[in-house]
Amino acid sequence: MESAFRDIDKALAEQLPSLTPNEASIEADRCLYCYDAPCTHACPTHIDIPNFIKKIASRNLRGSAQTIFASNLLGATCARVCPVQELCEGACVLGADHKPIAIGRLQRHAMDNARKNHSYPVVKAALTGKSIAVIGAGPAGLSCAGQLALLGHAVTIYERRHLPGGLSTYGIIALREPIEIALEETRMIEALGVQIRTGHEFGKDVTPASLLQDCDAVVLSVGLGKTPSLGIEGEEAIIDGLEFIEASKTTGASLRIGRNVIVIGAGNTAVDCATIAKRLGADQVTMVYRRTNREMTCYQHEYEFARAEGIEFRFLSQPLRVVLSSGLPIGLECLRIELGPPDASGRPAPTPVKGSEFVLAADQIVKAVGQLKPALAELLGIETKKGFIAVDTNFQTSMARVYAIGDCIRSTGAASTVMAVQDGKLAAAAIHKQLAQLEKQVEVS
Amino acid sequence: MADLRINFAGIKSPNPFWLASAPPTNSGAQIHRAFEAGWGGAVWKTIGAPVLNVSNRYGAWHYGRQRMLAINNVELISDRPIEINLREIAEVKRAWPDRAVIVSAMVESKPESWREIVERIEGTGADGIELNYGCPHGMSERGMGSAIGQVPEYCEQITRWVKEAATIPVIMKLTPNITNIVLPARAGVAAGANALSLINTINSIVGVDLDTLELTPSIAGKGGHGGYAGPAVKPIALNMLAALGTDEIVSRSGIPISGMGGIANWQDAAQFLLLGASSLQVCTAVMHYGFRIIDDFCDGLSNWMDEKGFKTIADVTGRSIHRVSEFKNLDLSYRAVARIDPDKCIKCNLCFVACNDTAHQCIDLVSPHGVVVQPLSYDLRSNGKQEAVESRPQPVVREPDCVGCRLCYNVCPVDDCIEMVELPSGRSEVTWSELSQQQPQVTEDWEAMKAYRDEVGIHIH
Repeated sequence: MESAFRDIDKALAEQLPSLTPNEASIEADRCLYCYDAPCTHACPTHIDIPNFIKKIASRNLRGSAQTIFASNLLGATCARVCPVQELCEGACVLGADHKPIAIGRLQRHAMDNARKNHSYPVVKAALTGKSIAVIGAGPAGLSCAGQLALLGHAVTIYERRHLPGGLSTYGIIALREPIEIALEETRMIEALGVQIRTGHEFGKDVTPASLLQDCDAVVLSVGLGKTPSLGIEGEEAIIDGLEFIEASKTTGASLRIGRNVIVIGAGNTAVDCATIAKRLGADQVTMVYRRTNREMTCYQHEYEFARAEGIEFRFLSQPLRVVLSSGLPIGLECLRIELGPPDASGRPAPTPVKGSEFVLAADQIVKAVGQLKPALAELLGIETKKGFIAVDTNFQTSMARVYAIGDCIRSTGAASTVMAVQDGKLAAAAIHKQLAQLEKQVEVS
Repeated sequence: MADLRINFAGIKSPNPFWLASAPPTNSGAQIHRAFEAGWGGAVWKTIGAPVLNVSNRYGAWHYGRQRMLAINNVELISDRPIEINLREIAEVKRAWPDRAVIVSAMVESKPESWREIVERIEGTGADGIELNYGCPHGMSERGMGSAIGQVPEYCEQITRWVKEAATIPVIMKLTPNITNIVLPARAGVAAGANALSLINTINSIVGVDLDTLELTPSIAGKGGHGGYAGPAVKPIALNMLAALGTDEIVSRSGIPISGMGGIANWQDAAQFLLLGASSLQVCTAVMHYGFRIIDDFCDGLSNWMDEKGFKTIADVTGRSIHRVSEFKNLDLSYRAVARIDPDKCIKCNLCFVACNDTAHQCIDLVSPHGVVVQPLSYDLRSNGKQEAVESRPQPVVREPDCVGCRLCYNVCPVDDCIEMVELPSGRSEVTWSELSQQQPQVTEDWEAMKAYRDEVGIHIH
């Protein structure tokens, strides 16, 4: 069962090499320096992209990083995990009849240089005396905490896990973002004066009531839950995709990889799981999805990447049960699907074909079919929207002084790291404004 | 197929392209290779007074990733023993009878020194002599080079000495480091020079090293001005060439001009011809890419001449000189406006920012719904390529307000996207010169100017 190839660091080494200074210079010089640039509009955090690129071209790398940090404290992560084809690079004016600027890789060049030289943002604001608790040290929480610290507030992040960084640390395949990048980013946020208390579960190790009593505001950036249940027979033998990725990043060599792996799902996380299995030695990796490549939720470039990795696809197949032998999986029984008229999601409704059962051989099955909605809302008794925490335009929940950001509020559209970072930034500004207003009211009375 | 042969003041060559007197023509071996590659002629690197050179001779100006838009040098005239130079010149000429071999010379300002060098050059069988009155560094400190070229009287005197001794054609080379290029050219005409050539290099300091704070290049911690050449100097050279072509004395003399200064391709070459050159000299482009570039120079020029129906180089020479004028003779009523082709436009907004910040504020950004919008006015929560691309406004010129400054045309990165379109101004043709004769008060008094503008309908916002 154990695959021979175990050199995990090498197999999952960062996919794209760093640009050499010469490569970066050539690419930066190609940028037209558009005014009110579409790449900046397309970036959810609206980084002034032509400006940071111009600074790479002029060899002002410190200034380049400064420009990126001004809009996005998690520039190092975003440079690696952003679906740039759908965002900045997708909007580049050179894309139409040439080749878009490699914005992501240039940003990484500037961020790598900042990391090397430790040229990180510093707090210049006077301390406000306000304290804010942030729940969850993922991208949204780190971004919000960092921005609040820059504004002079005392911020403490409570993180359930042993390491900070959220999905950047645990949930993104290492070939896109090595764990060290995510952890360095959290250290940068800590250096702004943010306290990160790992191993503190909200509602257990720290209570909502105590936080609301001690702090001026509480920000929930708790992300989403585990992979939902498929409700099929033998599911206990299926591995949770997020745990699979986490194991590949944290436990390293002890990760067990099958020879014939099936990944259920067709999103970006499913592609990551399939890639890990393939890179770590599986002979065959098949992604099983009940619709077709046209309806897959992963980005087009991820689908193409997976195909280039030699990952196979079994479309129009719905898992029915895990075929077990002595408690271990030996196959996945599926039903053939026919697509009908659009369902509530706007995609063709999958209809199982009676009597079309077939078995796909597999000795390891991983599921990556989304994440459960945040359970926390119920715990706190705050309002939800489609199961996600409901917030107003200022990221305020139905509970006074409690805000929410990131995946846990993303009831529409695709959730992404960069959106979470922008939430954190906007929420920090809103909280800062509201705290200042409160202060004023106090002064007046 | 156009005939590229030239007869320049009696010097014949199979094409108008000569290597300029410079490092590429330092030795016989180099010139052999250049002729093998197809060069029509070569002006031997200046021989004459004894010299010693330094290291770190060449600086360069780069822009973005484009290397060597200009080169700057403090290399002196040939530092090889003069006998070796003379022997190699003779060998090259013997081996290449159909090519132009011209020898550049520079000696002390004594008649006997000049007579001696002329005799030695003629002894090689060379086709002509070029007088180096231009070297702006080193030699000029010793009273040679541009120290001569900057004083028309010296130019005339020395050229006379040379002409008295010479039996082969004499080309007088001009320095651009002078306020009025016409004066030394007239001196050359007066002295009986057979031809002129221009431009030599321009005084320049190429830069300062931001680590060491020394000049670039640094010669043991010091530097100084050097001679500047290459693509960046072409417009300066063209202006000086045109100044000679439009000067009555110089043009009436019929003296041919060898043009140089930043010729980097056949298109540059054609422009020098159109403004009056009848032979062309090239240096920086070969120092950048080698002798092989001659291939495109000849092909490109010949193909363009065929397209335009020019049969000989003489057909092209001076063709555009009558287009050279002065501001006072330009039609003040001519009106052109910029027009942006929305199908070609990539919406980089470089035209908008240039116009809005630095020109005449006459480009609007028009949203896909046809509304004029301000830049950077999208909702901060809007993102993604689709929203960014689909909501992106289109720059549109507000033609009634466009003064036709042509800045947008120049900054646009897309070929043929912005066009300068001639529009009827509704005013009759008039030049400043005519206006100042017909209505002198208009050109002298703001009130009268205002009344004139109102009368003819010139509105400046």
